Amino acid sequence: MTDAEELQSRTRELLAAHPPAGTDHLDFLRARFDAGLAWVHYPEGLGGLGVPRALQTVVDAELEAAGAPDNDPRRIGIGLGMAAPTVLRYGTEEQKRRYLRPLWTGEEVWCQLFSEPGAGSDLAALGTRAVREGDDWVVNGQKVWTSSAHIARWAILIARTDPDVPKHAGITYFICDMTDPGVEVRPLRQITGEAEFNEVFLTDVRIPDSRRLGEVGDGWRVAQTTLNNERVAIGGMRLPREGGMIGPVSKTWRERPELRTHDLHQRLLKLWVESEVSRLTAERLRQQLVAGQPGPEGAGMKLAFARLNQEISGLEVELRGEEGLLYDDWTMRRPELVDFTGRDAGYRYLRSKGNSIEGGTSEVLLNIVAERVLGLPAEPRTDKDVAWKDLAR
Amino acid sequence: MSTQPDLLYSEEEEALRAAVRDLLTDHCAPADVIVRTESDAPHDLALWKSLADGMGLAGLLVPEAQGGQGATHREVAVVLEELGRAVAPVPYLTSAVVATEALLACEDEELLTRLAAGRTIGALAVGLHTAPGAALRTVRLDNGTLHGELTGIADAAAADVLLVPADDGGLYAVAADAVTITPQVSLDLTRPLATITLDGAEGRRIGTAEPAVRRALRAAAGLLASEQLGVADWALTETVRYLKERKQFNRPVGGFQAIKHRLAQLWLEVVNLRAAARAAADALASGEDTDVTVAVAQAYAASVAVHAAEEALQLHAGIGMTWEHPIHLYLKRAKADSIAYGTAGAHRSALAELVDLQAP
Repeated sequence: MTDAEELQSRTRELLAAHPPAGTDHLDFLRARFDAGLAWVHYPEGLGGLGVPRALQTVVDAELEAAGAPDNDPRRIGIGLGMAAPTVLRYGTEEQKRRYLRPLWTGEEVWCQLFSEPGAGSDLAALGTRAVREGDDWVVNGQKVWTSSAHIARWAILIARTDPDVPKHAGITYFICDMTDPGVEVRPLRQITGEAEFNEVFLTDVRIPDSRRLGEVGDGWRVAQTTLNNERVAIGGMRLPREGGMIGPVSKTWRERPELRTHDLHQRLLKLWVESEVSRLTAERLRQQLVAGQPGPEGAGMKLAFARLNQEISGLEVELRGEEGLLYDDWTMRRPELVDFTGRDAGYRYLRSKGNSIEGGTSEVLLNIVAERVLGLPAEPRTDKDVAWKDLAR
Repeated sequence: MSTQPDLLYSEEEEALRAAVRDLLTDHCAPADVIVRTESDAPHDLALWKSLADGMGLAGLLVPEAQGGQGATHREVAVVLEELGRAVAPVPYLTSAVVATEALLACEDEELLTRLAAGRTIGALAVGLHTAPGAALRTVRLDNGTLHGELTGIADAAAADVLLVPADDGGLYAVAADAVTITPQVSLDLTRPLATITLDGAEGRRIGTAEPAVRRALRAAAGLLASEQLGVADWALTETVRYLKERKQFNRPVGGFQAIKHRLAQLWLEVVNLRAAARAAADALASGEDTDVTVAVAQAYAASVAVHAAEEALQLHAGIGMTWEHPIHLYLKRAKADSIAYGTAGAHRSALAELVDLQAP
């Protein structure tokens, strides 16, 4: 077992061999991956050393102190947080060697082709078809709410390979080449004026069977790895007091006494308290994970943050009064990242409306808490034993 | 904040919880608590003796040199969670926390030792509704004796000694048999209030009232959040259990989505309250960031405990409205706790100053 000291010395060796100041950004990241210091909990040869995930902080601290470049994790979040754990768990050796290194260095951006216009909360009802032809699968369908599709080289894709069995059983998981001629990416403009997301139209896209992840018909189970990792990523944040959406409105309150009213004061204080309590809950969750006692609290964090973001940004627009009637910019743009702090209150208000929809609606998450945490009976189901092709749509 | 608060429970704290819960399971059955509320002895002094004397819990906050356990607010918080979960009619919060904190501020060794042993029960003669830092009602010091009336004193009927603020700024220890204690008909049946009438009572000045009372009420407010957590946790757990069994329309009632969502929301609130209550207990123990953390916990806790008890009643429906079912004890405790040691609004107002979000 490699301990913290050995990780520290390995990191120093990396820095000595590739001084950040004189090394090309990408060369450094590749060397870091090859030294097993990319994600230390991954296996040797795949960017890691097979040691506990918690030890990553040792490496990160050492690299940060030396001013080493990072892989801009927010830009490649889908690859790091969703595609990589799935490739690691279900990929063949060849697939792991081909995809993980450029994924981690950011040379190849990934996106996720899961949601469809007809399959939102009921993702397993998806209708994009993949039909076997020789060594290839021919894919036709439409995906939606795909972030990074316009800059992505690869996508994780789930498609229907057998319409004659119940919906969960007929899905297969693929890696899709986004440069294939049958892939068409169109910006999806949203209520903020910009287009973070895309619609992706797949027309006779040929995917070789060697880019299948997991068994034919086992795609739903493979997708659970992807989706569970999405929730882990959401739970892992660590914020200082006033570190979230409450920060900008508190700042405005302090700097602009002329905007204050008694009604707004009471509402602000209540939201301030709730933000602080949510922050403590996230911190408690983090401490539980570090102590090796993961609790079910993570399931609730997204619910809490969605509601708070919406209420706080709504209050902020109101606090601004006359200025709240204005909006900073409706220009159709293509941002790579969601920037909550770089924009005005009106943007925060509109964008946070998506927080209770994306990554699982609040209604679905409440069902999950009720059933998996509290053990209450599941919803009555009429779709379990029905072939996908016979479902109502 | 220099360091993050420790928001978990240690193994020792979990062991303490298990011991207290075992005792309460055996000796604090809900049906008995309901019967006791209308008896001549609303406080369960046998249970108090087991907790205080038998387990040594009355002296958790008192240093070992003064006969206590030398533990911290973190352990006290765990005890209060369990007492809240059982709505136990014992003067633990009032004697082992509030009166004890006041005596710690006054450095009154003799009384402190007696309270730590649990054989003497103390009560701070300050109305239960009083927030930390609020103006104090006092009695008149006249020719060396105390005169006046104080109302809303929690657990006074069980107390052997009262700590009374007087108009000279002093805090006086007064024997319970030197005053008239008149029970008030109280909303919370398991933490009854009383009026104290002093008519020339002898008292011993033990210190300055203002800082002692402020310290006591701040600790009370912070630790009350753990009691409220216990109340809320009982209400949620018991309601979930009941609704898995209760069937209407040929289904468990807990399977209806309208109800599942309400219980899931409640669970979220309880999870949040646990973090806030742990933070307050830890801040009281460490002395770091205490005013803000206590105010945050108390600005949040009341709504959760009340909401949990109200939901428990509504979701139990008819049976929840009966005197026979214990939910009403929890609802009354939760509602009284929402006023005790300052309302959520009072603590939000305190926060407005503490974190510089000033009123218009």
